[in-house]
Amino acid sequence: MRRVMKLAAGFATAALLLTACAEDDDGGSEDTTESGEDGGSGDGLQVGLAFDVGGRGDRSFNDSAAAGIERAQDELGIEFNELSPNPDGSNRDELLRELADGGHEIIFGIGYAFGEDMDTVADEYPDVQFVRIDGAPSDKENVAVMNFADHQGSFLVGVAAALMSESGQIGFVGGNEGVVINAFGAGFKQGVAAVDDSIEVEDHRLAAGEDPSGFDDAAGGRVAAEAMYDRGVEVVFTAAGDSNVGVFQAAADAGAWAAGTDSDQYETVGDPELQEVIFTSMLKRVDNAVFESIDTYISEGDVESTVYDLSDDGVGYSTSGDHMSEDIIAQLEDYKQQIIDGEIEVSSEE
Amino acid sequence: MTWLLQLARRIAPTLVALVMALLITGVFILIIGENPLAALGALFDFGDSATAQANSIGVWINRATPLFLSGLAVSIGFRMGLFNIGVEGQYRVATVIAAGVGAAIVLPAPLHILVIVLVAMAAGAAYAAIPAVLKTTRGVSEVISTIMLNSIAIGLAAWFVRSPFADPDLGAGETAATRPIDESGHFPGLNDLFGTLGLEEPRRPVHGFVVVAIVVGIVMAVVLSRSRFGFELRASGLNALAAAANGISSKAMVIKAMLLSGALAGLVGLPDLLGSAHRFQTDSFVAGYGFTGIAVALLGRNRPGGIALAALLFAFLDRAGPRLQSEGIPPAAVTIMQGIVVLSVLIVDEVARRRLRRREERRARAQDPATRSEESAAQPEVSS
Repeated sequence: MRRVMKLAAGFATAALLLTACAEDDDGGSEDTTESGEDGGSGDGLQVGLAFDVGGRGDRSFNDSAAAGIERAQDELGIEFNELSPNPDGSNRDELLRELADGGHEIIFGIGYAFGEDMDTVADEYPDVQFVRIDGAPSDKENVAVMNFADHQGSFLVGVAAALMSESGQIGFVGGNEGVVINAFGAGFKQGVAAVDDSIEVEDHRLAAGEDPSGFDDAAGGRVAAEAMYDRGVEVVFTAAGDSNVGVFQAAADAGAWAAGTDSDQYETVGDPELQEVIFTSMLKRVDNAVFESIDTYISEGDVESTVYDLSDDGVGYSTSGDHMSEDIIAQLEDYKQQIIDGEIEVSSEE
Repeated sequence: MTWLLQLARRIAPTLVALVMALLITGVFILIIGENPLAALGALFDFGDSATAQANSIGVWINRATPLFLSGLAVSIGFRMGLFNIGVEGQYRVATVIAAGVGAAIVLPAPLHILVIVLVAMAAGAAYAAIPAVLKTTRGVSEVISTIMLNSIAIGLAAWFVRSPFADPDLGAGETAATRPIDESGHFPGLNDLFGTLGLEEPRRPVHGFVVVAIVVGIVMAVVLSRSRFGFELRASGLNALAAAANGISSKAMVIKAMLLSGALAGLVGLPDLLGSAHRFQTDSFVAGYGFTGIAVALLGRNRPGGIALAALLFAFLDRAGPRLQSEGIPPAAVTIMQGIVVLSVLIVDEVARRRLRRREERRARAQDPATRSEESAAQPEVSS
């Protein structure tokens, strides 16, 4: 009891002191709280967005989603609020509830890890439309799941990697061994094999099983890529979220090539030295999925689960930096058309 | 009257530390251009509706329970100077094994839960036995071995969930998981209790395992302060040589402390497993309690009561995370606040301890005629 009193007293005193402190400071910081307030004059639809672990600023997956919702703010006049989970990702369901309680009509969960949490919360708020980026299908009526043919985009990066390499030594660095990253790896290897089926792709995962720590381990990515480059690997494709930067650094040290994921990482990496080594990125247009979901919701009041692939530019490859020759790009376009036409079937499993 | 004064003297350092922590965090929030008052308001905002408030309390309890158990596990090692950083790996391995075994058997309700709990404790203790044996037989520092075993635990758990315990009925695109535990192995939630108390029922299951945690905490408090084992643990921690001279084998104590620490670590994942998840899936498994438990144990000064309060404080701050973000405060602010609380409590505590010691030294010198004569002579400053 005494201890409880101690705590309570501590908080009470602190509250008073903080009050005094802030009054001295003349406020002036009140009007910067909401992130989407200065949106257009559109219909003011309230959109909520909960990021994957790591939040805004990962220069990859989350930032792609952020780009999509910002475009919706500019072009459709929506207002939005964004939340990030705590580092261990244990409060995803609370983020969704917080957004739903805040009156948001359509709420995005970025990442397959929102799976069960989103289905649970969707039952509690039947009038709210939930949209999950990546993940298993949901049987809830108000949950739409947006998936991407990651394996198709990765196939093209595999083709590009095989064409960029001279010695035929190619590597893949994945964040973990989960289904999403397996699809990246499988598509990539099929793309490499399409050019030269004698090439063995070195496959390294930064974390075992579905452990998410590999997506936030730039040091681990660097060590893994360094080891590959030391062994003579010329091109590494990395699908490991925040860890990608480590792979780019290793590539810059070795003077070799690397390919990024999700966003156009040549544009987002923000370091000229690293730009020199990023010859392409597997584009996963999360931004398009987010924007189109909002657009559809405004016109139809409902969002359906969709799979984005090469045919609707939901996935693709980037050419920023002009590191790839015209000839390579022509070949990539050729492969792309073949996949769209169904002449080449890319599997998401090895 | 005197006890009031004494109480004030005892709680003053913690109080000062908490105020300091809040002030420093307030400064941080000012620096990033947000309003610290709005942040403070959000910290204590439990929601507008009765359901939201009940839900907030539920979140608080659910978060505090594993933090308390983890802090307790860490503190057992701390008490005898053992730095068991391996709670993280111990509870991961224990949880996946408990989930696998729990799904493989069907027993009457209370027995089923009891078996799962015992399996988890045994698995945690077994995993903690590795660093204990390494230390006592080969002198390997438990700090090094437990850190390494944490990494191994991630791989081990990933293997368990894919090979021996894998759920064969998973659909395509679903991530690997153990088979779900049968209904009889579900720990009843506290949601009904909220109703009985006249509150709204929280939306998420409130883990009834908190009751087990409280019982464990009381048992540990008694064991640590009243039993021979508790005495020997403290004695070996304070002075291993003196303890050995009194017939307390330090090797035996290392083994005992690590096993107990590991067994308690085995409980950390159970509130979630038995209360809501009912199976182990790497995606939804909450990692990191083992590390946060170190801070909780430090803040709670290795006493079960203190650890409970520290866990409640940490969980209270965690719970406010989403609310704070709605006010524009980045989620990292919660982590910063927790760090500052621990640091300021430790610093203020140390300062208070030194002041107290210096005052007692001065008083002792003043009373002792032998030293009084030397007072004027140059005396080496006694401090550490």
